[in-house]
Amino acid sequence: MTWIKRHLLAFAALAVLAYLLIPNLVVAIFSFNDPRGRYNYEWNEFSAAAWLNPCGSPGLCEALGLSLRIGFIAAFVATVLGTLVAFALGRHRFRGRSGTNLLIFMPMATPEVVMGSSLLTLFVMAGIPSGAVNITIAHIMFCLSFVVVAVKARVSSLDPRLEEAAADLGANPFQTFLRVTLPLAAPGIAAGALLAFSLSFDDYIITNFNASPSSITFPMYVWGAAQRGTPVEIFVVGTVMFLIALTVVVIGQMLSSRRDRKA
Amino acid sequence: MPSVGAALGGGGATAAPAQRPRRNWVPYALLLPGLLWLALFYATPMVTLGSQSLQEGNVYDGFVFTGNLSVYPQALSEYWPQLLRSLGYAATATFFGLLLAYPLAYFMAQKAGRWKNIMLILVIAPFFTSFLIRTLAWRIILSDGGVVSDFFERTGLINLLEWLTLTTGGTLLNSKFAVMAGLTYNFLPFMILPLYAALERLDPRYMEAARDLYASGWQTFRHVIWPLSLPGVVAGTLLTFIPATGDYINSRLLGNTQTVMIGQVIDSLFLRVLDYPQAAALSFILLIMIVTLVALYVRRAGTEELV
Repeated sequence: MTWIKRHLLAFAALAVLAYLLIPNLVVAIFSFNDPRGRYNYEWNEFSAAAWLNPCGSPGLCEALGLSLRIGFIAAFVATVLGTLVAFALGRHRFRGRSGTNLLIFMPMATPEVVMGSSLLTLFVMAGIPSGAVNITIAHIMFCLSFVVVAVKARVSSLDPRLEEAAADLGANPFQTFLRVTLPLAAPGIAAGALLAFSLSFDDYIITNFNASPSSITFPMYVWGAAQRGTPVEIFVVGTVMFLIALTVVVIGQMLSSRRDRKA
Repeated sequence: MPSVGAALGGGGATAAPAQRPRRNWVPYALLLPGLLWLALFYATPMVTLGSQSLQEGNVYDGFVFTGNLSVYPQALSEYWPQLLRSLGYAATATFFGLLLAYPLAYFMAQKAGRWKNIMLILVIAPFFTSFLIRTLAWRIILSDGGVVSDFFERTGLINLLEWLTLTTGGTLLNSKFAVMAGLTYNFLPFMILPLYAALERLDPRYMEAARDLYASGWQTFRHVIWPLSLPGVVAGTLLTFIPATGDYINSRLLGNTQTVMIGQVIDSLFLRVLDYPQAAALSFILLIMIVTLVALYVRRAGTEELV
């Protein structure tokens, strides 16, 4: 009886995993399709054309480039600002702590459509035209909280005695931070940066409210494409993104398990 | 990458900060840039949103603040079906998300052994690839004549869906069913990771102890596993319900005119109709509703520190 039960659980777990992964598989398969019409929804015949010329769909690579630029800038700024906040929360006692927690939590508890539209009203009232700068500002704002949560989880699990030991050995606070605290917190910071980049790269709703016709990001391109037809090239980009993400996550996993063995 | 799991764990690592005397200005200096950014680009927009909703005029001649509150009852009476529908769809997606995520999270945390890391990677990886493209993939999966629609037809499940009015005309696409399946799918990693973080901390000896005391499998779950996983359940359901309520990508790409969600209304009022006051009012109503629900829920569930 317990045997059946244990395997039932395993089957359920694998079925859910399949539910999560099947769309990625479908995207990969259909990136090799040669669709009959403008919509790549029905299998017609094998073709590697889109893989050989991923920029073949007009505007796609410009949109991809813009998304990458915004993603890098937003992830960088959000990671710096978020890490500072996480250190304050994880390492210090101060007045106004619960208020700070609330301000960090709120963006995660606000629907994107509310954040996107409210930012639009801010920019409209300030007389600032929509565009890539507004998108970047918005992305930094909503990525910040996720970075704080990722880094804080790591920082508060660090043993404060390691820093005390460094101080006892004559390191000044700056050296202690640079040579002890920062390397120890690095996995959390890396996870936060990765999360921020992927959130920024993938965002459609907030971006859509603050974009102009000259600042089309990749998700906006896909959305626009979905209304007129779906070029196979976007499936190629989707597959490449999945493979890159898989590689990055696997490397991260290997690094962290090697460190755990050393420790 | 367990750190991402812990990161989304919400109710997770909330250890007390190290209690060492430090110079008092240090934490404030660390907080200043980040909090300033949030104050400027999160909090201030909420004020301008509220103010926008109480203005009258149009985009071309400009808006004037009149403090006319009647826009709120107007917006509510016109768009209450879309509001209620959004909450209903999000609640359904959250419920099914929890139902699906729990066995997977439990298996990964307690039973998977050396497969744990690989499974974790497979849960996280799709989350790093485009949300929109994956939603488009559902159009392929659910299309007429596909494997899934075939299965639903052969087993007669399609008749059940029709009877429940989840689909119409014998097709799975462009229906309530497709929208809710898409919502459930899209936010599933947000449910799995906090649950996993909570269940991973569960000491297997508790389950052994329950068994030694003659608890059945169900009793062990009901009285030991479930209560101890509650912080993960709270974080996971919030992280699913909130974005699902405001989402309109699924309803737009997988639904029909009868599945329009509130986000879609706000989007089109702001960006197409250019009726800023009405759009701002709806956006503000959505915000208030979510904040109220979250506050009630967190208070009832008793998880204090979510960050």
